[in-house]
Amino acid sequence: MADSGSSEEVAVICNTDITSAESENNIINTMVERGTVLLRKMEISVAEADKRTGKNTVNMQETYTVYLIETRPAESVPEGGTPAAPDTLWRRYSEFELLRTYLLVTYPYIIIPPLPEKRAEFVWHKLSADNLDPDFVERRRVGLENFLLRVASHPVLSNDKIVFLFLTEVDSRLKSLSAMLRVKNPDKRFMGLKHYSDELNTIILQLLRVRARVADRVYGVYKVHGNYGRVFSEWSAIEKEMGDGLQSAGHHMDTYAAAIDDILEEEEHYADQLKEYLFYTDSVRSVCRKHELIQYELEMAAQDLTYKKQQKEELATGAVRIFSLKGMTSKLFGQESQEQREGRIAALEQSIQEGEEAIKEKDAECQEFVQKAWTDIERFKEQKDKDLREALISYAIMQISMCKKGIQVWSNAKECFNKM
Amino acid sequence: MSGHTVPADISDHMLDLDEDEDLEVYSKNTTLADGGTMPNSPGSMVNQYQLEEDEEDHQDVKTKDIFVCVDNPESHITAIETFITYRVVTKTSRSEFDSSEYEVHRRYQDFVWLRSRLEENYPTLIVHPLPEKFVMKGMVERFNDDFIETRRKALHRFLNKICEHPVLSYSQHFKAFLTAQDLGPYKKQGPGFLSRMGETMRAVAISVRGLRTKPEEFTVMQEYIDHFSTKICSVDKVTQRIIKEQKEYMDELKQYSPSYLQWAELEEELAEPLKGVGNCIERCSKETEDQIQHLSEVLLPTLHEYVLCADTLKAVMRRRDNIQAEYEVKNEALVSRRVEQEGLQEEVEDLAGRVEQANSALRGDWTLWRNVMRTDLKSAFVSAADRNVEYYEKCLAVWESFLLSQRGESVEQTDWEHGS
Repeated sequence: MADSGSSEEVAVICNTDITSAESENNIINTMVERGTVLLRKMEISVAEADKRTGKNTVNMQETYTVYLIETRPAESVPEGGTPAAPDTLWRRYSEFELLRTYLLVTYPYIIIPPLPEKRAEFVWHKLSADNLDPDFVERRRVGLENFLLRVASHPVLSNDKIVFLFLTEVDSRLKSLSAMLRVKNPDKRFMGLKHYSDELNTIILQLLRVRARVADRVYGVYKVHGNYGRVFSEWSAIEKEMGDGLQSAGHHMDTYAAAIDDILEEEEHYADQLKEYLFYTDSVRSVCRKHELIQYELEMAAQDLTYKKQQKEELATGAVRIFSLKGMTSKLFGQESQEQREGRIAALEQSIQEGEEAIKEKDAECQEFVQKAWTDIERFKEQKDKDLREALISYAIMQISMCKKGIQVWSNAKECFNKM
Repeated sequence: MSGHTVPADISDHMLDLDEDEDLEVYSKNTTLADGGTMPNSPGSMVNQYQLEEDEEDHQDVKTKDIFVCVDNPESHITAIETFITYRVVTKTSRSEFDSSEYEVHRRYQDFVWLRSRLEENYPTLIVHPLPEKFVMKGMVERFNDDFIETRRKALHRFLNKICEHPVLSYSQHFKAFLTAQDLGPYKKQGPGFLSRMGETMRAVAISVRGLRTKPEEFTVMQEYIDHFSTKICSVDKVTQRIIKEQKEYMDELKQYSPSYLQWAELEEELAEPLKGVGNCIERCSKETEDQIQHLSEVLLPTLHEYVLCADTLKAVMRRRDNIQAEYEVKNEALVSRRVEQEGLQEEVEDLAGRVEQANSALRGDWTLWRNVMRTDLKSAFVSAADRNVEYYEKCLAVWESFLLSQRGESVEQTDWEHGS
């Protein structure tokens, strides 16, 4: 049971493998020194990062980072030889997320190690504070390596086949698994909501990025006009008739250049309002995931019940419909006694009854969840529409204010030029 | 009468006045105090510049009797080269011209020839610069449409500046340029290349020696020219930078509005205000584009011409200094040698006269130039400021109409009029 290397099945809730060896594992440095089977077999590292380009969910061209996972056999270097070349494969952040989601669902009682943050803070005057900034990428690389080492040194998670495939096979079956992990009969509304939430997240992120770039540019335009102020002032010193007009026009140019600071400061409030809803999408997704989890548990419980019922029938009738080890051994090594069989049937009946009760409870829980969740979701939608509409209106008001300031400054400047 | 168009009816009117000797003089040369004959030689020009400076206002109202238009650029391909010719149409009522209308075709080389002859014949008059032969930055091809159009406009301005000049417009070479079908014969006249070279070398030798006493007024003038040159170059650079920043701003805006429109596709209630904002931004980006165009076509070319003017002014000062230096050299020789007194005396007197003429000519033209410069730059700046006001007014209208649509019938005037 300890060795998961031969297991072909996805670990499900019913099978709880407990590696006998370790129970505590807290210090990063000792993680590798620990000997989970996985870590005894291989060295794991996230060696490099690189850039790729492709299309995202809303069909826009995007650049993203991929990370190189390196695995090496952990045996010592043969004498006089060079270390064997590592096996490598490239994965992007979202694939790590997929793995983590799988682990969350598969081992709901385990505290799954976290991933490093998904994205950097984006501030308009720091152009390089985005996901492609080399410093951020480097920190993330370390964080991802850390995550893998945590998983690999975990007594339970390290034995998972999917984890092994993630590290070694380009096609880790995670994508198709995710489909499998999804509930068999998903609630369409929740699916729609999750999809919406994902898309909203992407689009707001993009919008905020572009807005920051626009802010940067408009800042440049206004500030350059400040140079007019300086030059006009110097020039006015050598002119007679033109002097006054130039000088005063120059002052207005300075005013114009200075105006942009307040304007952009105000716009930050607008950006914050959008950011709030960006972060809200995480909460929405979280609710959807919880629902998925409950639904999934319900389905698993139902599946389990069905299995037990079949087992009972099988025992009762003697017909072997399900291939099981027990069935095989009894065929090979002789039948069990009538007593034994009746004992097992009774135990199963008990278990079935308990299972049915559990399902009823679970079902009720699920329904209550759906009802409450959906009420809140409706409330949220209304709030979101109202809030964001107000935000857009306030943005328009800001633009209007900016235009009015512009009209004033340039009208004044024009008057001064007329006096030249 | 603004004199900026070619009104056929006015020239008819002028022809009538031709018969009346007194009126003719008055209407053509309001700046002449003595009402004498047409200035034909540099010598008689001196009288013209005894005028007071307050006459300069009248020059705007001066009746223009010669109108030139440069248009119709055409490409010519020969075995040796490809070049562009421009059609030059002249309409005039002046008696020196046999006809009242002329049409010729000239290439850039011809303009260069004209200008160099004008500078030769009137060394201390300020001849408006030509557009540059090449444009270094931006790798503009010689036959790119924008380049040709910019050049055409500059050539048009060049010829009209000469038309407006009380002395230069009567130049024989100018007349030939406007009227002769073939400039070939004219180009062969005048000091040859070698003699021009000789003159340049003498000038260099003289300028190295330095002037004995430079009249105060010209020292002041030189100082002004040096400062003006620096300042106008700075203003030109700042303007170029502004255009560059505006272009980058506009590029970002073009990415900004699609983000709102994409978001609108995800939403229901929110779709309409999102589309509204997206459309506003799109229209503002269009306005930005128009505004950039205006800057590039009005303010920048004017500034650039005065950058070139600054170089012209420096050259004029050098030529004046050379004339003075030449006189001083000969004068010294006269004072010291006393041997060939007769011939030298005459020469020195002649040179002294030349110095007087040169100084007077420059003095008068300086005032003229300062005034024209002030008018041109004032007009360009006023136009630019005005255009900026217009830009902001248009953007304001766009955002206000959006706001109106959002607020519906219950327009809350207080909110946005009070706004910031």
